[in-house]
Amino acid sequence: MMFKPFRTGLVSALALAGAVSAAQADGSLTVAMQLEPPHLDPTSAAAAAIDSVLYSNVYEGLTRFASDGSVVPGLARSWDISEDGLTYTFHLAEGVTFHDGSAFDAEDVKFSLDRARAEDSTNAQKGLFAAIDTVEVTDPLTVVVTLSKPTGSFLFNMAWGDAVIVAPESADTLQTTPNGTGAFKFADWVQGDRIELVKNPDYWGTPAVLDEATFKFISDPTAAFAAVMAEDVDVFYSFPAPENLPQFDMDPRFKVLAGSTEGETILAMNNKLPPLDDVRVREAVAHAINRQEIIDGAMFGYGTPIGSFFPPHNPDYVDLTGLSDYDPEKSKALLEEAGVTLPVRLKMTLPPPSYARRGGEIIAAQLRQVGIEAQIENVEWAQWLETTFRGKDYGMTIVSHVEPMDIGSLANPDYYTQYDNADFQAVIEELSVTADPAQRSELFKQAQTMLAEDYVAGFLFQMALLTVAKTEVEGLWVNMPTPAVDLTAVHWAN
Amino acid sequence: MLRYTLSRLLSLGISLAVASVVIFLAIEVLPGDPAAYMLGLNAQPDTLAALRDELGLNGSLWERYADWVGGMLRGDFGTSYTYRSSVSEMIGERLWVSLPLALYALTLSTVIAFPAGIWAAARRGKAADVTVMGVTQLGVAIPNFWFAMLMVLVFAINLRWFSAGGFPGWDKGFWLSLKALTLPAIALALPQASILARVMRSALLDTLSEDFIRTARAKGLTKGQALRRHALRNALIPVLTIIGMQFSFLLAGGIIIENVFFLPGLGRMIFQAISARDLIVVESVVMLLVFAVVLVNFMVELAYALVDPRLRARA
Repeated sequence: MMFKPFRTGLVSALALAGAVSAAQADGSLTVAMQLEPPHLDPTSAAAAAIDSVLYSNVYEGLTRFASDGSVVPGLARSWDISEDGLTYTFHLAEGVTFHDGSAFDAEDVKFSLDRARAEDSTNAQKGLFAAIDTVEVTDPLTVVVTLSKPTGSFLFNMAWGDAVIVAPESADTLQTTPNGTGAFKFADWVQGDRIELVKNPDYWGTPAVLDEATFKFISDPTAAFAAVMAEDVDVFYSFPAPENLPQFDMDPRFKVLAGSTEGETILAMNNKLPPLDDVRVREAVAHAINRQEIIDGAMFGYGTPIGSFFPPHNPDYVDLTGLSDYDPEKSKALLEEAGVTLPVRLKMTLPPPSYARRGGEIIAAQLRQVGIEAQIENVEWAQWLETTFRGKDYGMTIVSHVEPMDIGSLANPDYYTQYDNADFQAVIEELSVTADPAQRSELFKQAQTMLAEDYVAGFLFQMALLTVAKTEVEGLWVNMPTPAVDLTAVHWAN
Repeated sequence: MLRYTLSRLLSLGISLAVASVVIFLAIEVLPGDPAAYMLGLNAQPDTLAALRDELGLNGSLWERYADWVGGMLRGDFGTSYTYRSSVSEMIGERLWVSLPLALYALTLSTVIAFPAGIWAAARRGKAADVTVMGVTQLGVAIPNFWFAMLMVLVFAINLRWFSAGGFPGWDKGFWLSLKALTLPAIALALPQASILARVMRSALLDTLSEDFIRTARAKGLTKGQALRRHALRNALIPVLTIIGMQFSFLLAGGIIIENVFFLPGLGRMIFQAISARDLIVVESVVMLLVFAVVLVNFMVELAYALVDPRLRARA
């Protein structure tokens, strides 16, 4: 009898909880992901989590990515490109309002683009706007952007989350109160726990099906598993523990979506650090790696092998994995030919994600077989950025490059890979001024081949996107052309 | 009593000043630039410089220390580098989870430990004593995160009585929030209760062998009466010390449990802030925790004086 008050309390608490989850059944969805956005302005930070929550849902740009990675009209419904490829005339959608009620027009576009490329801009992808010379407003629904040089990827650049259109009045407060034009409005943010969005009733385009969407942040893989199993969440985007996926697959309550991302996962090598400055040594490293063993061991079988710095789902992809197939005997021969003293000792820095930490252990074991001793050093991201990425104090490291179409970043000789090949730089330079699709495709293929033949890095695998969802949830993106959980078309079956 | 209080306050002040210097230096020497962390791989040098300027990261070490301490004295903990919102507000929000959780766990731990410890001491060597000692031995040995995961498996995944974690917020209903904190509080309380019960038992047994208890028995009190009227109060000093330490531990040390139940508490905030090099948040929260620990110790010392009049006289 002593416990009676406690039990009554518990029962009423349970009843309350039951009532809440029943009300959530239809028009609402809870999506969980691991990382929480640091703030809510995609135009002033690199954190992918910001885009994951807000891209397309709350903020929109002139163009946008569709689920297959193609670039489709966004706030700009159509555009004309001049013959010389320098002038883009964007025709904007009519009757668009921001969530705070103010009207959207060409001035907002001019403001957003000028803000992103200004001298004191804190845009993490400022390079996307580098080619813009002037932005002019001709009438409230027309913007003319003039480029200083032809840029084949300009419409693609404008689809990034970092290029969304914001209003001048609210630009300084976006970090806490996002104000966009999308199909969902920001409602609430309980820091450390969740962000709530509600349907925008005044949306200019096809309205969202869901009435409410909640993003929950669960960083611990074990907790992630428990949250899905207890049905606390309806979707877990980028599920962190691939070892649990077979269990979800068998459970009729859930489905597992395995898609592709833009994340080329590589064993980066410091191309200027002896003995890695010798292409034969880099080739030896490449042949010592057994990709399938890494995919199986670190990613539980999810991931597609790659042979260069390019995603396999792209139409311009060339399969170059044969150039660096697993062949430890060849590795040993190459090392002997290069005349290095064995064992070769190299520092391998590993950032926190499990692909790097688990993958690093496996690669170290594989390299040991051919006489390369990898000295593993586990680091946090902040430390990795400072010492490995900027300080270039490393021999090898494992990282997944998630930006779309980032093959050009390797053309920068000051990049952390320190790869310096004038021919490759020329191809990338030509790509940036070429707009013709056939020519671009040819150049992309050339660039991929050069990287593979120069063994710039150990190319491992394309990161898979693993999403666990309740069976009845439909309309989710399976692939990740950009970090986004686009909920505009998501709905419950029946 | 006044002089005793003043001398405790002085030592509180000195502890805080020393802690602030140690925390600041320890965190400033960590490699890693918050601006680089925020802007990622494609950031251009001029963008980095602009952001560093905006965040005020370009001042000298001494300037930044003076800014930080000066701000705290005025009650202003500064603005988070990554979240860009006021650190005091962030801490305030998180405290609404961590503080109730710590109190909840401490209450559970005390409510379990007191009767168990007294019962075991009163029946020394009998079945009750053996049971309590055995169970608490287990409670001390089981890691709390493992016990937490076990509870999630049973009560959230199989029985579906509780959510696997998360926190709805007090404004969404008191019982709902209390329920969300129940499994975490039990997980935190179990080892604490075990330790406390064992301390309670041994402190009582020590007191029970004192001369004054024999005198009390000789006067005609039963064993139970002697225990309640004379032994209990005298055994409280070590128990209070442990409760004070446990409260500090529960407030600061809930980080693993907060991760298991994905609760938006202080521990998780520190964890996130360290990896993002959000130094100002780390410094301020650690300082706050030091303050809480020092304050709790101070209150425990005052409580000693209440329990034991001799301490009042001596000081």
